[in-house]
Amino acid sequence: MPKVTLQQSQSEAEKWAYKKLVSRFQPRPPVVRNAFWAFVVGGLICVLGQVFINLYRQAGLAETEAATGASITLVFLSALLTGIGVYDQIGRFAGAGSVVPITGFANSIVAPALEFKQEGLIFGVAARLFTFAGPVLVYGFVTSWLIGLAYYLLKF
Amino acid sequence: MIFLKAFLVGGAICLLAQLLMDLTSYRITPAHILVGFVSGGAVLSALGLYQPLVKFAGAGATVPLPGFGHLLAQGAIKGAAQKGLLGALGGGLEAAAAGVMAAVVFGYLVAVLFTPRGD
Repeated sequence: MPKVTLQQSQSEAEKWAYKKLVSRFQPRPPVVRNAFWAFVVGGLICVLGQVFINLYRQAGLAETEAATGASITLVFLSALLTGIGVYDQIGRFAGAGSVVPITGFANSIVAPALEFKQEGLIFGVAARLFTFAGPVLVYGFVTSWLIGLAYYLLKF
Repeated sequence: MIFLKAFLVGGAICLLAQLLMDLTSYRITPAHILVGFVSGGAVLSALGLYQPLVKFAGAGATVPLPGFGHLLAQGAIKGAAQKGLLGALGGGLEAAAAGVMAAVVFGYLVAVLFTPRGD
């Protein structure tokens, strides 16, 4: 068996060396420019959200309802902008600035559904709606349940 | 003033995600960010660390994805406090229901009504 492990470790070492070599020629992401646009675009989307929160507060909604309403408005706008192809243009330079706000969640729902439309309304649109949303909801729900359970057990 | 705070905090959360994607050797994709930030927000919220941020920055904390996790976590805690085990199970989705419904319903309508652009 020592022969096999030697071969294995040799091929591992080769793989590692090759990876290092490749990484030297791969383009590095423009970190500072990406960071700047992510900050600015992400911040501006939140400011827009704050505008809606203030509007809904003035209309008489309670604090949490106003925040939920603002998020829903942003989801609607983002879905629409994805539909006409504008949101993905923003995402091209904004990176995480367009992914992390709730608008990015809406975009991740619409974009694959739209792209695979020709596969039909069931396996195309409806199934692809959850390409990214599915994992997000699964992990979000499981975490939420664990938190509720922990609270229940620690409280009683 | 609240607008400036929303801009700074919201921008900082997005900046953190961008740096995670650009500076770590492990290939973190937007999908990892979506999942990680929602669950991470839920955990921070359960530890009592997220509500102060919401109080301070308003939409700067509720609009980014950790705000969605915050909603799920607070719903589960409220449910557990009021209805025990059943509430711990249902509370999270109850609190986030409108947002999830909006995303699915609007997403479906847009995907059906618009045609994909090939670019």
